[in-house]
Amino acid sequence: MSFLDPTWTGLLYLVAAALFILALMGLNSPRTARRGNLVGAAGAALGVVTVFLSARLDNIPWILAAIAVGTAVAAPVARRVKMTQMPQLVAAFNGVGGGAAALVALLELAHTGDAWVRLAIAFTLLVGAVSFAGSAITFAKLQELMTTRPVVFRGLPVIMAAVLLAAVGAAVAVVLTGSLPLALALLVLGLAAGVLLVLPVGGADVPIVISLLNAFTGLAVAASGLVLGNVLLLVAGTLVGASGTILTRAMAAAMGRSVAGILFGAFRGGSTAGSTAVSERPVRSSSAEDVAVLLGYAQRVIIVPGYGLAVAQGQHTAAELAKALQLRGIQVDFAIHPVAGRMPGHMNVLLAEANVPYEELKEMTEINSEFKTADVALVVGANDVVNPAAKTSSGSPIFGMPILEVADARQVVFLKRSMRPGFAGIENELLYEPQTTLLFGDAKDSLTKVLGAVKAL
Amino acid sequence: MDGISLLTITVLAVFVGFEVVSKVSSTLHTPLMSGANAIHGIILVGAIIVAGQAADPWVLAVALLAVVLATANLVGGFVVTDRMLEMFRGRRDREGPR
Repeated sequence: MSFLDPTWTGLLYLVAAALFILALMGLNSPRTARRGNLVGAAGAALGVVTVFLSARLDNIPWILAAIAVGTAVAAPVARRVKMTQMPQLVAAFNGVGGGAAALVALLELAHTGDAWVRLAIAFTLLVGAVSFAGSAITFAKLQELMTTRPVVFRGLPVIMAAVLLAAVGAAVAVVLTGSLPLALALLVLGLAAGVLLVLPVGGADVPIVISLLNAFTGLAVAASGLVLGNVLLLVAGTLVGASGTILTRAMAAAMGRSVAGILFGAFRGGSTAGSTAVSERPVRSSSAEDVAVLLGYAQRVIIVPGYGLAVAQGQHTAAELAKALQLRGIQVDFAIHPVAGRMPGHMNVLLAEANVPYEELKEMTEINSEFKTADVALVVGANDVVNPAAKTSSGSPIFGMPILEVADARQVVFLKRSMRPGFAGIENELLYEPQTTLLFGDAKDSLTKVLGAVKAL
Repeated sequence: MDGISLLTITVLAVFVGFEVVSKVSSTLHTPLMSGANAIHGIILVGAIIVAGQAADPWVLAVALLAVVLATANLVGGFVVTDRMLEMFRGRRDREGPR
């Protein structure tokens, strides 16, 4: 069997790299996004086929079996995952990619004597391990296998600094000696650094950290491209590293945060922790019938959806309720906070699935001035994105995040499961305001009851 | 390939990476992150090369582990991104045939 010569290999890798760039460009617009993703998959397939054709490889049956195993595990999970669990799945896929890059670098150590290549290996080991362990912690937080609140303990900054110093020392030693045990030590230090990096990050900021770790994995893959002298890995990894960095900053900006603030905010002071206690203060809770009356005799209603709606899968009921109110001549809009839910764009996707017309989904900047004219703001399973603490309480972990100004509406109705604070773990003062009414229960159940009561009016 | 060519490629790729995502709306942040996540699954190519050169059974075992992990990243990443984007379709259909 003959193999592709290096020129052909290089050309095919170039085509694959160009397809990756086209994929990212396609993902820029809702109209072309799905096609863009398929273009990216085609580029990946081309790259994989090319590597099999380009050189004599041993162990091909084993490799094909390993690919089959990876596909058999990942594809069904990705196919069936619930909308609400997508962020942690992306975190998991990102982590295993970082792990794979670190393993590739580890195995290449024996094949090189070049100090520059060893430097790239040390970088890949460290960054890949950070990404792997960091993603594992993010996954655990989002899956609620551990607390979603920032984990901080005395001496954390000192331990982090010590681990990073040790890692730099180990990296230098690996570059100088090429020793495998030292490389393993570097790997372990990288894992420790990844855990320590993500532990202090609060639940609401986790999506931003996923994006950051995604950029990290990209950089690790780029460095592994230098290790193997493979241009496709270099270009694809660099693209992801660069675009991931910009994306991380854009996401942080949408929440009014800085990336450094998210990563190191919890290091600086204990006050960012927020309150855990469920308050005993009185609130005004109400029945579905009362809420239906409030809504049914309003002229303008703004619905604010949040994670609770996604968890309860109440989007179809919410859409029906909006339709029922519109039939009564009421103007209904959905106010979409850019980070409502657990990932940016979560609510848009959710409501698009329930066939809510695009024109009724209003972005935060567009709708915020209109709450003044609304009779009722109906908050369905959202909390942090309407919490005035973001404006008033400088010690709060969400301080500085732009919020939806629901307090400006004449009446505010919260559909909530319980008085438990939101994902960021901060109490919402708005719940105790005189214009606020609460209806406790699962978002979908409450919406169904309210819908029934509105129809009966 | 010599060092300076690799450096050139890297720097150009950085600029392309910055450029392609600089104007994206917040609605698409998550699918874009997920799509980029799938793209770095191309580390599979590296894992295949390492596994294909492995002579020692332990090295092969570790390399095959890398292949499994990288495949999960690559395949799972593209599939989950497609799932996310599938949900945008409803909206486009309502805007009528183009």
